[in-house]
Amino acid sequence: MCLGIPAQIKEIIDNDNQIAMVDLSGVSREVNIACVLDNTHQAQDLIDKWVLVHVGFALSVVDEEEAHKTLKILDEIGELSATMEDLEQGSR
Amino acid sequence: MKYVDEFRDPKQAKKILKEIDKLCSEIKLKEDRPIQIMEVCGGHTHSIFRYGLNQLLPKKLEFVHGPGCPVCVLPRSVVDNCIRIAEHDDVIFTTFGDAMRVPGSTNSLLDVKAEGGDIRMVYSPLDALTIAQKNPDKRVVFFGLGFETTMPSTALSIMQAKKQGVDNFYLFCNHITIIPTIKAVLDSPGMRIDGFLGPGHVSLIIGTQPYNFIADDYHKPLVAAGFEPLDILQSVWMILKQLKNGEAIIENQYSRLVHEKGNESALSPIQEVFELREFFEWRGLGSINHSGIKVNDKYRAFDAEVEFKLKEVTVTDPDVCQCGEVLKGVLKPWQCKVFGKECTPEKPLGALMVSTEGACSAQYSYGQNIDLINKKNNE
Amino acid sequence: MNKKYKGKKITMAHGSGGKASSDLITDIFVNTFNNEYLAIMEDQARFDMPTGRLALTTDSFVVSPLFFNGGNIGKLAITGTVNDLAMSGAKPLYLTCGLILEEGLPIETLDKIIKSMQKTAEEAGVKVVCGDTKVVEKGSADQIFINTAGVGVIAEGVEIHSSSACVGDKIIVNGYIGDHGATIMQSRAELAITADIDSDCQVLNHLVQKMLSVSDNIHSLRDATRGGVATVLNEIAADSKVCISVREDSLPIRVPTRGVCEILGLDPLYLANEGTLVCVVKAADADKVLEAMKKTKEGKNACIIGEVIDGPEGVVALNTLFGGNKIIDKLIGDQLPRIC
Repeated sequence: MCLGIPAQIKEIIDNDNQIAMVDLSGVSREVNIACVLDNTHQAQDLIDKWVLVHVGFALSVVDEEEAHKTLKILDEIGELSATMEDLEQGSR
Repeated sequence: MKYVDEFRDPKQAKKILKEIDKLCSEIKLKEDRPIQIMEVCGGHTHSIFRYGLNQLLPKKLEFVHGPGCPVCVLPRSVVDNCIRIAEHDDVIFTTFGDAMRVPGSTNSLLDVKAEGGDIRMVYSPLDALTIAQKNPDKRVVFFGLGFETTMPSTALSIMQAKKQGVDNFYLFCNHITIIPTIKAVLDSPGMRIDGFLGPGHVSLIIGTQPYNFIADDYHKPLVAAGFEPLDILQSVWMILKQLKNGEAIIENQYSRLVHEKGNESALSPIQEVFELREFFEWRGLGSINHSGIKVNDKYRAFDAEVEFKLKEVTVTDPDVCQCGEVLKGVLKPWQCKVFGKECTPEKPLGALMVSTEGACSAQYSYGQNIDLINKKNNE
Repeated sequence: MNKKYKGKKITMAHGSGGKASSDLITDIFVNTFNNEYLAIMEDQARFDMPTGRLALTTDSFVVSPLFFNGGNIGKLAITGTVNDLAMSGAKPLYLTCGLILEEGLPIETLDKIIKSMQKTAEEAGVKVVCGDTKVVEKGSADQIFINTAGVGVIAEGVEIHSSSACVGDKIIVNGYIGDHGATIMQSRAELAITADIDSDCQVLNHLVQKMLSVSDNIHSLRDATRGGVATVLNEIAADSKVCISVREDSLPIRVPTRGVCEILGLDPLYLANEGTLVCVVKAADADKVLEAMKKTKEGKNACIIGEVIDGPEGVVALNTLFGGNKIIDKLIGDQLPRIC
């Protein structure tokens, strides 16, 4: 089965049937957005948002703030020990 | 590709691997064996092999490939029933790709296709519904499988069929639930898993709260993990930190998509269309209570089991199969008596040799030669 | 196309050998392929061959859909045949064209395909010198199937074999990989994806001659069609009894092709190509061959993707972005739609 992949919502195609067009690196596909619609997200609010697409359905909206937080933590992993190593090597 | 490439940075990976190495040397287990982390989900197994992550780990740390490959654990009897359905002249049988090669008692869906059966690979259950709408004189059956990740899509497709009055669309439901699966692994004798990589996309649907029992009752850490290499490495690092500190809590590495309470908009179609089965048979693991779901009364008209009068039959794997022990992390693939001999990817005996996500298939295809090449590279 | 065929379809009569048959052959085939050998309309084409070793190949084309971004079944038939010959270092000369037509095929469609074949033949500098046409009942074939044979001549001293790769040789591809397979995928209506990709379908014989003009040390050449670059590398590794290592960060893959692969869970190394070759060349000549390739239309994006190393025989390994190695095995099973 295919893995889920983040793609960007470009257009709402069919409001009744909850279908949007997503784009991923120049590849377009229709996806069903029922799982990402709720009281806080109406269809039009989703334009330009990134969603996780899996078997033709958007399953969740990417939380951009959390994504940045994760990347920041990834950056920081190893920074402390790398700095310590540099200091140790510098002092030899 | 956004939200993908940043999580595939090799330089970052090297840094995290260094930290993982450090942590491993600081952790002392009670037994003299490597630290074992189980990835439950087939998507993680696929990523680990795709990026060669298992080779980059320190010797003191190993991945154990769990039973989270829904194709691998399909029992022969289910495949036999697929074939029974597909053999009707007026049926178009639709399925995801990998399921077509799984052997039943005598043959696979691919064999039936070669003999003229109308079996079609689809990317989405909605594509199967479109086929039904375009072929009103046929009965179109969708083979629904997968964990909670694929349940909302199957459910929504059935709901759409009902809304649009499509009366020739059926679901052969073989979706399975993750929690009983993990519990079966935790309860099996000889289980030696120190921590779990939680299934990222299942967690997107169900949240992380359902995993609390793993920490509370079994004192094992679980980190809900994304699928890119840095997601997996960061999650491993988080588990190791917990092990070093003697902790066992549920953490969420995949926070850009996973929320503690899950996704209500995805859970509600599941509750609308499905109900739990009392028990469900798994290839290699036997029968697990409440681990499968079926179509409920409201949507019974779409249930292929009713339409085609399918019977629940148990077809056991050959005695020589040791898939169960490998799935639970008790045995390594090459320790199975028939691995690479009677059981190979071309002629698989058991579940784990069938799918490309299966532990044995991956080990067989990649295992030996990788060691030789890595050895040459290091000379 | 002759006005009389407008709106008309192929019928069983067009394959019966009678007037409808011979009119179709003259109006559509002989008229379009337009060469002295075909015009004679004997049961066989007769021609002289230059001296040298002969190379002969045959291929069948059953692609669906018939028309896709960057090509069609006709163009594919010529490029596939020409490229098979070119991979031996041969100069392709003459092709045959056998057609199996499904009753009901619009004649306009057939005409478009034949015209495309002739255009591609002209690009390659080859002639279609004989052919055959059969018509089968509706349902017995998928619109049109094409079979070709092609003959060419290998100049003296040119020895290029799948079994000649040596440790130390470099592996070069002439451009982006996987575009044809990705194009076909996105042409399949049931997968419902659209992408801005074109098939790489093109003739490679001129490129190969340019490469041969700068180096006598090209050991192997293969056309990476079905099964993709991965399959060809496996074949060379097995035939030459060597180990091949390819670097993931060297693989030239277009962004939308990568997108199609990510969405559908495919590996671009296994996607079909129809204008991409894999060249195994002695290390000392690699740079000058690469330079010569980059000066051509077909090779402007050429690059070195790996080398033949000392390792387990018959094994192809991918050195991943993360420094580990992954075996690139032969494809097991085939879940791709018909692609060539």
